[in-house]
Amino acid sequence: MDRVSTKQQAAMPIEFKLNGNTVVGRPDETIIECARRHGVEIPHLCYTPGLRPDGNCRACMVEVKGERVLAPSCCRGPSEGMEVTSDSPRARASQKMVLELLLADMPAQAYRRDSELARWVEKLGVGAPRFAARAQPGADLSHPAIAVRLDACIQCTRCLRACREAQVNDVIGYAQRGEHSKIVFDFDDPMGASSCVACGECVQACPTGALMPAREWGLAAIDRTVDSVCPFCGVGCLLTYHVKGNRIAFVTGQDGPSNHGRLCVKGRYGFDYAHHPHRLTKPLIRKPGVAKDPERAVAPQDWDAVFMEASWDEALAVAARGLREIRERHGAGALAGFGSAKGSNEEAYLFQKLVRTGFGSNNVDHCTRLCHASSVAALLEGIGSGAVSNQVNDVANAELIFVIGANPTSNHPVAATWMKNAAQRGAKLIVADPRRTDLARHATHFLQFTPDTDVALLNAMIHTIVDEGLVNEAFVRDRTSGYEALKANAKAFAPEKMAPICGIPAQTIREVARLYATSKGSMIFWGMGISQHVHGTDNARCLIALALMTGQIGRPGTGLHPLRGQNNVQGASDSGLIPMVFPDYQRVDNPEANARFEKLWGVALDRKPGLTVVEIINAAYDRAIKGMYIMGENPAMSDPDVAHARAALARLDHLVVQDIFLTETAALADVVLPATAWPEKVGTVTNTDRMVQLGRKALEPPGEAREDLWIVNALARGLGLDWKYNHPRQVFDEMRRCMDSIAGITWERLERDASVTYPCPNEGDPGEPVVFREVFPTATGRAKFVPADLIPAAEHPDTEYPMVLITGRQLEHWHTGAITRRSGVLDAIEPEPTALVHPLDLAAAGARPGEVISVASRRGKISLYARADEGTPRGCVFVPFAYYEAAANLLTNPVLDPFGKIPEFKYCAVKLERGGPRPADPGYGKGSALAAIEG
Amino acid sequence: MLSEESLKKIEREIAKYPPDQKQSAVMAALIIAQDEKGWLATETLDSVAQLLGMAPVAVYEVATFYNMYNRAPTGRYKLTICTCLPCGLQGSLDAADHLKDRLGIGFNETTPDGRFTLKEGECMGACAMAPVVLVNNKRMCDAMSKERLDALIDELRESA
Ligand code: SF4
Ligand code: SF4
Ligand code: FES
Ligand code: FES
Repeated sequence: MDRVSTKQQAAMPIEFKLNGNTVVGRPDETIIECARRHGVEIPHLCYTPGLRPDGNCRACMVEVKGERVLAPSCCRGPSEGMEVTSDSPRARASQKMVLELLLADMPAQAYRRDSELARWVEKLGVGAPRFAARAQPGADLSHPAIAVRLDACIQCTRCLRACREAQVNDVIGYAQRGEHSKIVFDFDDPMGASSCVACGECVQACPTGALMPAREWGLAAIDRTVDSVCPFCGVGCLLTYHVKGNRIAFVTGQDGPSNHGRLCVKGRYGFDYAHHPHRLTKPLIRKPGVAKDPERAVAPQDWDAVFMEASWDEALAVAARGLREIRERHGAGALAGFGSAKGSNEEAYLFQKLVRTGFGSNNVDHCTRLCHASSVAALLEGIGSGAVSNQVNDVANAELIFVIGANPTSNHPVAATWMKNAAQRGAKLIVADPRRTDLARHATHFLQFTPDTDVALLNAMIHTIVDEGLVNEAFVRDRTSGYEALKANAKAFAPEKMAPICGIPAQTIREVARLYATSKGSMIFWGMGISQHVHGTDNARCLIALALMTGQIGRPGTGLHPLRGQNNVQGASDSGLIPMVFPDYQRVDNPEANARFEKLWGVALDRKPGLTVVEIINAAYDRAIKGMYIMGENPAMSDPDVAHARAALARLDHLVVQDIFLTETAALADVVLPATAWPEKVGTVTNTDRMVQLGRKALEPPGEAREDLWIVNALARGLGLDWKYNHPRQVFDEMRRCMDSIAGITWERLERDASVTYPCPNEGDPGEPVVFREVFPTATGRAKFVPADLIPAAEHPDTEYPMVLITGRQLEHWHTGAITRRSGVLDAIEPEPTALVHPLDLAAAGARPGEVISVASRRGKISLYARADEGTPRGCVFVPFAYYEAAANLLTNPVLDPFGKIPEFKYCAVKLERGGPRPADPGYGKGSALAAIEG
Repeated sequence: MLSEESLKKIEREIAKYPPDQKQSAVMAALIIAQDEKGWLATETLDSVAQLLGMAPVAVYEVATFYNMYNRAPTGRYKLTICTCLPCGLQGSLDAADHLKDRLGIGFNETTPDGRFTLKEGECMGACAMAPVVLVNNKRMCDAMSKERLDALIDELRESA
């Protein structure tokens, strides 16, 4: 007989008998899974697909011929020739006994409509239980999103495995012993006071309703379900809306390629912003004679002091006329547009087309400028493509994961779960960040380096790799250019010399560099901690160099992954919402590209790259730009030195803002056009993994709010463009004709598969999760090393401003807070602006946690509540920028990285004082959203 | 925070296991921590979790599973009497009643002077020598007739 390898053997089919029929099982599946494939249902409670089988409930017992005792089919694999019966009298009796015992303890009223226990009880015909009920714990309704009623708990520990093994949040425990055993949160704390991050994974896993969405939404009679994609972050989780009437009752995770059923608090509980009473429902026109006040935003409820309602015809006419007049009087250069990374690809595409063909310039940009512009600049220069080389879930194939300048547990929560899973499996997880964030707990190495010293740290790693002969010579020879320059540059960066600069011992730097270079597969993830510096491009160049010199790219489990922030920042950039490039990164000053688009669009196009976000704002301040169209962006909150940005916006002769709320930017507009929220429209978005995914419509928009695509179209017509797009599909088809990367993706396929990875040049292509396998998309096919030197931040602490300000996001709030502070649950969890300060620094300022402190820079001053955080390094303050009443961007420094034109949000000098006015009420947030929505 | 000495002892326990299986030392670490503090407060569990790189909730599971771990402060002397079946059949229930009478407290209670706490325990592996009383988890007293119980109480009352 031929010898069979272990691998072959592991793949060999197993023939056995199930309830008398011959079936073929796989060695990697359990009896219950195999039975399900063959249409045989076996009762089960503690088992659920996607979680490790635990075998604790014994509802799934089956009889195996020749064995004395019954076997749990969720834990037992099939073996050749086995005879299994799940419906024999003995098996059934056992199954029913388990159900009857559990049923005896169930509360009289149900907490959900489709309890799995009730379903099995009915299916198996279990009668009224003969046993007395036990005493049960009372309800815990302390959490704004989740109702805990352990009287319905059957202790299957599905929630525990969801919390600890899937999401790795480590909140739920199974404590005590015997009859006292119970599910606990932390140390048996009320859920609302526990360390729970409200990902809702446990709720989704709970079979009985012991854990349910709060406020009885789980009992709502659902009218329909709609599959879509989460509107919040770049992870791009697929989800299902459960809709009752015109209201989303709750959301569940779908088995999407980036999330496999998982969601985070925003995706699961953040959708109700669409129902907030502040939604704009009618077009607004500024009242004649009411001046624009950059110092004070219009409280959303006082809109009528500034604006008057108008019909769509009227508003569109005023909007278009203003833009047209500026174009005619001052030329194309006097107009600019900001699109949005929160909208769809189709909206982004049409928006840039409107600016390029309707305004006549390339002055179009969006918030990519504020997040990964420097990363993209470095990637385009180095490897010819700004997108990620490998997808997040590829961490499953990595031996080492290097995360730098990113806080994925807050900002890419579901992506972080895959990293944590990998770490649990034994992958090395190296986290480098000035702040000790949650992921550090799971790291094998945590490098808390001094802020602003990224290049020192990374160059020291590069030095080590050269110094210790760990360079992948073949890769460098065959696939790259410019290595000699990198090597020469690296000479000066011995870890021993860099250690005092970056604050990491030379030995650690060397060890980490060695591990990175020599592992079978090393992946790099980075975020805004890398990109938002004046040396952001240099930071990214170093990371690229690390991957290239070690050949850690072009294979599964390797590569470079700048974690994209907004749900569609990848797609909006791909679609051309960038001043120097057309869709698919074809440069506007490249005659070939220009000709291609002139032909496609049928108009002459400007060959001069346009201005970037901060440049546009500066030009507006200087009155060189006089008119703007802003779709779904909020520069009055998101730009650095925001007082200046607001003044600039107020100086515009004509500002048209299209949004769903009266944002701080909309408050400065001449015309406000009410648009649709994500669940109210159809469109595609592209996540951080290059997956193009379809968002579907679940709700009707409120009042006269219109779909964004319709508004862009209408405005384009007002500018004299002859546009007739009626459906995103038509726009997408046009995009395919000028974007080779998605040329093979058809709308039909998106409707069928919901998610397609690009590059997908030809119809039917599977899409490439791992790119750069053979060549890089550069002219020569080679990647290029670009060495980096130490450039200090633009503003260093001094005696007057002795501390460093780091800005960023927090788990619950998105970008400028316009959406999330109007979401009931998210606002309830994080209602007020806070600053994270090391407890010793706080003590030095004489302040206690919870007290108001003031943070001031040369540009402004804010006051907000202090939070003691040992993860924040000494001498630093971390402030999330989502809060109008304490806007971090009043403080930030508007200096730019010379290549990416990205502002230095991660570093400026500030001082901290105890006291200051309590943060004011902007008219939303502050814990008011739940009541506003639920009425 | 645990004392230097306790930390050293815990280090020694950790060293008995491979570096990636530090959590195997959890029970020993909890005993050491309890010996120092007398009981396991939330902060103590947190620091043990941190020392062992475990999720705090996992430490809590262990600490609440075994009843030799005190999750609340006890009297100076914690008397645990085994009431499992073999001991029960050999007079431990009577012995327990006698203790309750003498001390004037029930199970899980502490005398007003803070000297004694009475607890019900599980089999201590000394069934042949029932009734069995354990003092502060460490000192095992067997064949506890009423006389011997009285003597034990007197001894502990008088001790410094
Ligand atoms: S919501 Fe998430 S973090 Fe909170 S207990 Fe459930 S699974 Fe754990
Ligand atoms: S991880 Fe991102 S995409 Fe997924 S549910 Fe959360 S916010 Fe949405
Ligand atoms: S489903 Fe198999 S033991 Fe619970
Ligand atoms: S039953 Fe009491 S010691 Fe064993």
